[in-house]
Formats: sequence, C-alpha cells, structure tokens
Amino acid sequence: MPSTLMLAAFNRIRSKAPSNAGRQHPLALMLALGLPRVSVRSTPQNTAGPAVAGLLLAMGLLLATTPAMAERLLVSNEKDNTITVVDAGTLAVVKTVKVGARPRGITLSKDGRALYICTSDADHIEVLDLASLTVNRTLPSGPDPELFTLSPDGKTLYVSNENDNMVSVLDIAAGRIVTEIPVGVEPEGMGISPDGKILVNTSETTSMAHFIDTQSHEVLANVLVGSRPRVAQWTKDGSLVWVSAEVGGTVSIIDSAQHKVIQTIRFDIPGVPKESIQPVGIQLTADGATAFVALGPANRVAVIDTHSYQVKKYLLVGQRVWNLAFSGDGKRLYTTNGVSNDLSVIDVDALKVVKSVPVGRLPWGVVVAP
Amino acid sequence: MPNRRHGLIGVYPIGVLLSGLLLAGQACAAPPTAAKPTTVAPKPDAKPDPVANIAYLALVQKRVLPQSFLDQPPEDDGVQGARLGLADNITTGRFIHQAYHLEEALEPDADAVVAAFKKLVAQGYRAFVTDMPADLLLRLADLAEAKDATLLDATSTDDALRGEQCRRNVLHLLPSRAMLADALMQYLTIKNWRDILLVAGPNPEDKLYADALRKSARKFRLKIVADKPWTYDPGARRTDTGHYAIGAEVARFTQGIKYDVLVVADEGDNFGDDLGYRATDPRPVAGTQGLVPAAWARPFEQWGATQLQARFLKQTGRWMTERDYGAWMAVRALGEAATRGGSVEGAAMTAYLRKPEFELAAFKGARLSFRAWDGQLRQPVLLADARSLVSVSPQPGFLHETSELDTLGPDQPETTCHPR
Repeated sequence: MPSTLMLAAFNRIRSKAPSNAGRQHPLALMLALGLPRVSVRSTPQNTAGPAVAGLLLAMGLLLATTPAMAERLLVSNEKDNTITVVDAGTLAVVKTVKVGARPRGITLSKDGRALYICTSDADHIEVLDLASLTVNRTLPSGPDPELFTLSPDGKTLYVSNENDNMVSVLDIAAGRIVTEIPVGVEPEGMGISPDGKILVNTSETTSMAHFIDTQSHEVLANVLVGSRPRVAQWTKDGSLVWVSAEVGGTVSIIDSAQHKVIQTIRFDIPGVPKESIQPVGIQLTADGATAFVALGPANRVAVIDTHSYQVKKYLLVGQRVWNLAFSGDGKRLYTTNGVSNDLSVIDVDALKVVKSVPVGRLPWGVVVAP
Repeated sequence: MPNRRHGLIGVYPIGVLLSGLLLAGQACAAPPTAAKPTTVAPKPDAKPDPVANIAYLALVQKRVLPQSFLDQPPEDDGVQGARLGLADNITTGRFIHQAYHLEEALEPDADAVVAAFKKLVAQGYRAFVTDMPADLLLRLADLAEAKDATLLDATSTDDALRGEQCRRNVLHLLPSRAMLADALMQYLTIKNWRDILLVAGPNPEDKLYADALRKSARKFRLKIVADKPWTYDPGARRTDTGHYAIGAEVARFTQGIKYDVLVVADEGDNFGDDLGYRATDPRPVAGTQGLVPAAWARPFEQWGATQLQARFLKQTGRWMTERDYGAWMAVRALGEAATRGGSVEGAAMTAYLRKPEFELAAFKGARLSFRAWDGQLRQPVLLADARSLVSVSPQPGFLHETSELDTLGPDQPETTCHPR
C-alpha cells in the first residue's frame, strides 16, 4: 500500500531539494586535481623519477594548450541565439557568435571548416565559417528545422522539420531541397548509417524510429520504441541503432537488418524520481565498448557496458543534460546542460567529471571542431 | 469546468476583432472550420487498414460569458482537441497499418446525448471521449449499454466523480479540483506563503473549488486566516467611474486581515480579476485568477509543448484551452493503446489504458498513466498566469514512494472511490 510521504516542513524540503545535492563545485575539483589533468596524463613517463615527472608536469602546464588542444568546442545556445566557441585546451570561451533565432542541432562540415546550424525559429540553416567565425551562407531547411545529419560524403543534409512531419533532403552545394519524406508527428532525431545508405529518423509523438532508404527516399521500416524518442545513434559497424526515449525513460537498441528492438535499457538512480530520468544524447566510444547516455533532468550521464547492456555508473553533471560529444582523441566527453547553462567535461578513462564551463543560456548541442 | 483565458483575439486581424466588439461579444460567433486531417497512406495497399473507432460525445452547453470581454470561450473547444489528437493518431497509424475514425456527436440536450450513446454502442463503439456535466456522465455510465464501454471524461474537474461517485467504466483526463488545489498549495508551501485569505464566489462550482482549497490547505498545513464569501455585485461596472467602486470595495474587503496570499475561487471569471492590485495590502492573487493551477496554459512551451501549441494554432486559428487539451489527451491515449497494444478493437484499446505498461507522453516531461484506484490520469500541474509559466507541481521535495505525481490529489490510502 503506497503512502504519501509529504515533507511539509519547509527546511526539510530545502534539504531534500534534488539535483545539485552532492554536486561538487567545479572550481573545488580543479583545485583538488591541481590543474590540467590532461597534461599529466599525456606524459607516458609517469613512472620516471619525481624530478622528471615534476619537470614534465611543468612542461605539461606550459604545453597544456597545444597538443590535441587546438580543438574548439562549439555550443548552440537555444535561448541566446548564439554559438559559444570554447578553446578545448584552456576551456576558456574564445568567442560568442550571434546567429539566427533558436539554434539547436549543429554539425560539422566534412572538411571541418564550417558548422551547419539549425536555426529553428529562423526556418533555415546557417553556415558558420570556422576560420572567420562569421555566418557566410544560409541554406533552406523546410519549416522549424530541429536536427539534421550529414551524409558520409558530406554532400547532403537530412533535416527533421519538427512542425511539419517531414524530413527534408538538402543538397548542400546546390543549396536546395531535393525532396521531402513524410514521417511521424514531430520528427526529431536523425542518424545515418556509416555507409550512408540508411537514414534513421525518430518521431516524438509517433514514438517510432523510421528507417529510410537514402537512394529511393522510401520508408523501409517503422520500429516502435519508448515514448518521445530523441536521438538515433548508429554503431560504427552499422549493425545496431541506439535510440533514446525521453518520456519512456528508455534506450532501445535496434538491429538494423531485422528492424527489431533487441534490447531495452532502463535506468534506476537511487534518490532520483523516475519521472526525471529522460534519456536524450547518446555517444559510443570509438572501440564500441562503452556508451554514454545523457539523462536530462536527472542531471546524470549513464555509462553503459555495450556487451552486457548494464549501466556501470552514473556521472553527476550539470542540470538538464541534453547532448554529448567526444574530443577528437576520445579522452574527454563534453555535455550541454540546459538549465545550469554550462558544459561539463568528463574524463572518459577515469569516468569522472573534471570541470564545468559556463556557456550561453539553454545550451542545446555541442560539436568538437579540429 | 471553467473556461479561462482563451486566445481567439490574439490571432484575429484587428478588423475582425473590432467588428466582434461591435457585435457585443460575438467575436467568436463563427468558429473556424476544422482542418480535416488528411490520411495519406505511404503506399496504396490492396487491403484497407483496420480502423480504430472513437466516439466524441458532448452536450453542447450554453456558456456563461465571463465578466471581461477579453478571452471569450470558443464554441468548439474540446472537440478541436479531439480532432488534433485524431490527426496525430492517423499520422502514427499509417506506418503500422492502423486507421482511425472519430465520430462526433454534439447533442443539444441530455436525452439526445443518451440516445446518441445507445445508438453508437449498438454500432459497436466502445471508446467514448466525453464532454458533459457530472450528472449526465453518471447517467450514461450506469446504463446497461455502458457495461463494456469506457467513457474518457475529457473536460470535468469534479472531485465526486473521482471519489464516492466514481464508476469503473469512467476515466478522467484533466486534473481534479483536488489536484489543482494541491498543486497550488505545494507551491505556496515552498514559497513559505503560509497565511491565506480565501475568497469564494457564490456559484456551486466556486464552492467546490473552495472546498478543495480548504482540504488541501489542511493537508499541507497552511493556514486559512480568513474565509470570506464574495457577494458584491458592482452593477454598473462599465460606466465611466465603475472602477472606483470596485477598487473601494476590494480595499474594504481586505482591510484588517494579515495574510500572505489571496486565494480566490471564481470558476466563471466573474470577479476574480478585480481582486489584483486593489487590496489594502500588496498581496498576490492565486487560484482561479492570478497564479492559476491548470493542465494547460497559453504561455506553456516546455517539454516540446511549443509544438502542440503551434499545431493547434495552425488547425484552429486560436489557442488551445484546457478542454481542448483534455480531449487531445483522451484521443491520443486511445491511439497509444492501439499502437502499443497492437489492436484497434474498442475493448482491447480501453483495456490497454488500464494496464501498468500504459504511458502517455503529453508534453509534461513525465509519462502519464491512469491511477488504478480512481481512474484519474496522474500528471504534473502547471502554475501560470496569463503571460508566463511560473512553476510546475509537484514541487521538488514532496516525495512519494511510487510516483511523485501521486502527491497531487487523493492517494490510494485516502481514496473514497470504491466502485461496486
């Protein structure tokens, strides 16, 4: 017999306030770690004498901004209408670029020189030149573009039009929409197979993953998943598609040949109401062994063993964690946190959150540019 | 069920608005014709898809106009939500070879509703989305013909229907008055606004709303420091100096009371909006006006609600009301049951609604389901004023061992629903 455990006393409520309880201040973490972890870990001679290690540490500090750190992080801020550019080495904000209204989905061009931005309320796609950090082109998208995916050859963008129950196919060079594919209500997530032949689109109110042939633009199969599916992420070998369901609270793993759900992952976090567990962003490590799933207002990223499909760990990050991106070397994972307006930095080997970086309001997507 | 804050005016050209005013409040006399959802099958198939048949059964009621000429209730609210739910179901269904049909029966009187119900049952309908007063709903539910039917009550907030008057064959989509009151009281608790001046209107619905507030205040240990009926009739409100009389009356009415928040029960929008800014002490207004607990609100755009607002606006040319939202949820719930349960048969769909695996995504972040003990849809409740979403209850910290949504409204141990 369930009974209501109401905490009427105000102070008890305060002390029970969820989300940030136990979340450490990023600055405290940095102090405890004694600054750039990355520089220490990047020296293979950790076993050498303390003097050498000290010297290398000092050098590491000097070099901290150089190695893979020339990378830049690009974050779309839905509420601010900006893209925040962060230096991945120093984790300092380099520039905030004004773009069109309500930027959400972002993706890098194949040559890495431009960022495509779904500016949803502007009803088009903007192209941000990453050398000059200015928007130098706009592309048609169909109404209310939310998310898109780039074909492996870099020539085509597949765009979900959230208000229109359509996926638009955009020829980037020609700057025109080649065709529109009718899908379910509120198309959202877009994932393309590594060979570029199959596109998976999720539709939020229809709760399906639609498998679409990119040659014929025909819908091949519709797979029912959890309520309000969001992100579709292919495995590297093209055999499986991971689909998160925000309201269902699940991740479905679909066999891409059979079009069948072979596994459903559920999440259970002690002390976190199950309504708050809303899976969105998914990233798989390069070796395919580990998956990271952002759990929205649960303020955690789940770490999943892809062989057993068991959750190994929950990492506490910022509030309403939405999308994820790996650094080029796969050693860090960046998360956008929509309510705390920051980016969390996860050390992938240590499975620890090492820092948070304030960005714009309502950060939505994150992309790592070389 | 109150009809507050409708948005016709916001989307009509000025000319239409002005001519509407000249017609003395008839601005919404011509409801926009409903966009009929188009059924596009991806490929022509030899065999037609099996059809899920849903009936929308309503008693067309004469609406009592609110005091303000702003936000007049639309004449087609409720059914428009059902039509949008149908369009969403059709889009989903075409991928898995399920078709949907919505039979609309909008009847002028109670006997016609009963006759239409019997006819539809004879035709094989088992799933009914209803919009009617509590007594008529009970009359239908108790008919022999209703034994294998399910009535999805899309528009009532009546607590008795979920309590001592509950029926096995009725499910409720909108939050009850008890849930609305609890949603507000939880918010007042975390704000530490503990002393309440309760002002209740003269209509039966106002008394029910005020009762729910009193019960909820006891539950959350808030104090109603004064409980006053509103009896003042300003009469010539629209004369040039009408505002002096109202201002003076509200100042006098609130004088000498020490309180944190004025909570009003005025479901018909007859006087509640007159209480703000006029009290002797500067205090916020909440309840049926001011900060309003509701299932749906115009400023609401979280959890993708923007999409639903936009789709509805496109279909109807006006804003979605709570009654539209209730009907949309009812039709979507049946669609979800057909999709997940794999059958379009009326009995199969309505049985699936009651299964533990049933869940409805209705733009509230959480997954919604029906409480086994009283057939009420468990759901978060919005707290909004006319222009902004203020909060969403349950508030953080109100804990429950199975679902925090069950901190709103009667929980299983205290339910008075014991259907025979």
